[in-house]
Amino acid sequence: MRMTLARRQWVWAYAFIAIPLLFFLAIRIGPALFAVWVSLHQWDPIALQRPFVGLDNYERLRDDTVFWRALRNTWVYVLVGVPVSLGLSLLIALGLQRLTRYVGFYRAIYFAPYVTSLVAVGWVWRWMYMPNGLFNDVLSGVNLGPFNFLGTPDTAIFAIIGTTVWQGLGFQIIIFLAGLESIPVVYHEAAAIDGASAWRRFRDVTFPLLNPTLVFLVITGVISNLQVFTQIRAMSSAGTGGPLNSTISIVLYIYQQAFQALPSRMGYASAMTVVLFAMILGITVFQLKVLSRNNNEY
Amino acid sequence: MSTNVDPVSRAERAVPVGVAPVGLPPAERTQQGGFVVAGQSDTRRTLARWFLYLILLVGGLGMVFPFVWMVASSLKSAADIYNISLIPPAPTLDNYREVFANTDYARWFLNSLVIATITTASVAFFDSLAGYTLAKFKFPGASVIFLTILSTLMVPTEMLVIPWYMLSLNLHWSDTYWGIMFPGVISAFGVFLMRQFFMGVPNDLLDAARIDGFSEFQIFWKIALPLVRPAVAALCIFTFLGNWNAYIWPLIVTRSESMRTLPVGIAFFSSEAQSSFHLIMAAAALATIPVLTIFIIFQRQIIKGIVLTGLKG
Repeated sequence: MRMTLARRQWVWAYAFIAIPLLFFLAIRIGPALFAVWVSLHQWDPIALQRPFVGLDNYERLRDDTVFWRALRNTWVYVLVGVPVSLGLSLLIALGLQRLTRYVGFYRAIYFAPYVTSLVAVGWVWRWMYMPNGLFNDVLSGVNLGPFNFLGTPDTAIFAIIGTTVWQGLGFQIIIFLAGLESIPVVYHEAAAIDGASAWRRFRDVTFPLLNPTLVFLVITGVISNLQVFTQIRAMSSAGTGGPLNSTISIVLYIYQQAFQALPSRMGYASAMTVVLFAMILGITVFQLKVLSRNNNEY
Repeated sequence: MSTNVDPVSRAERAVPVGVAPVGLPPAERTQQGGFVVAGQSDTRRTLARWFLYLILLVGGLGMVFPFVWMVASSLKSAADIYNISLIPPAPTLDNYREVFANTDYARWFLNSLVIATITTASVAFFDSLAGYTLAKFKFPGASVIFLTILSTLMVPTEMLVIPWYMLSLNLHWSDTYWGIMFPGVISAFGVFLMRQFFMGVPNDLLDAARIDGFSEFQIFWKIALPLVRPAVAALCIFTFLGNWNAYIWPLIVTRSESMRTLPVGIAFFSSEAQSSFHLIMAAAALATIPVLTIFIIFQRQIIKGIVLTGLKG
């Protein structure tokens, strides 16, 4: 029996998609479901017994003050880091947009930190933040300090946020620039002819039209800050989220419970990953709603 | 670093998407897509522009200053490390020698290079193939498969590292290149990105190749793929950077010092260096300077690639 053209196409399609599909099922979806399963157990990979404990891990989370501290800190990373970096990057993008010369040079110097390893630059910032580091040297010149930025519970988290903002700024700037470039010039011209001030033009023309870009950057910023880990390992005292758990994040706590605690508490850590997943899922659903609303407006 | 005016971005800016600028003669439009505001004197505008250049330059220098300070500190001896001067009083490469002597730096660099290169090649191939299939073939289950792949984007890596770790233990993948690489060899984001780009390839072109007797794989490889080359390049840049700088999974899956990737090796070295910041800064410089050099050479392509992946993703 000869295959029809459509049937032959199906065979090719399945052949092409087979390996990627198997990969996603085996390496992404399977493990995600398995993580939920693990979260219902007391699970130490080297122990012989891995008793099923139902929702015990989740109940223990409820009473774990370090977990709540980590959750609170994680939202501080998000709620301070995202607005500060978006505000700064929008301001810089608006400036860069007006340049007519050396555009490539300017973009490159703002973007450079984004390509570098957070581990390495985390240590560079740690060095500058030290009580005997550069920032305190400069501050002592005006009779201030010394401040133990990373060693004081009240300031450590903000010092780390500073590094995060610095490293991610370039990405947000170039995405804002692309967004600004896509706004038709005629809108500005029309507003200018109508006598709108620069501020009014920004508020009533640029900002609303920049909304899709803004939503994209808010969502990606929130999700990446929810997963903050590397810079805390590099910058907090002994890499443990100190001092006094003032910088510990959800992901760092997951890492500690699963891979550093003895005996390893992988079931407990998995319960936390489920909580993290739930937060990201919530934000993604919210994003889909916001984005579809935007699309309707156009 | 190129200090030339970037003609492409200027052209992009001057042509608004989808809207024909009618009614205004070109002379009234400035090159960067701004517009002439009546009532402002030329001197004032020139001054304002100079000020803008200056303030953005100061900010930009602030952005790169940590790298300058890193290099300056790395060239100072232990005795001079607390000296605030930007120029080392007695520049020395001893710190670099010590990092090389006491670590597997060359090996870590090689590990990162091998892992990032193979992963990037794999992602470029499989993501293109899957994206092409989902964009250009009609077959039962296509939309279910697409949604399945898309849904994995919502799962954070941290949720998967524990199962991946158990998998690696059971299959003896721990501490091997494959163990470090396997979670990233195909990326859902890339599949989605490539699908978006392949949807823009006209079907007539593919049908013409079919009539000419090309096999389906030849059509993908010889006709469709070359048409989306900028997207593939962008995906490669994005994937390479991500894998080169990846930290949490390589940290978990490697045990021996010689299997560490560059970020993992640098992290261990730095935390074990007992606040010897002259050595830590040399290590940090060795980790950042190669990637910064590549960035300086290809900055236009890299930035364009990141914009492309950022906007379509």
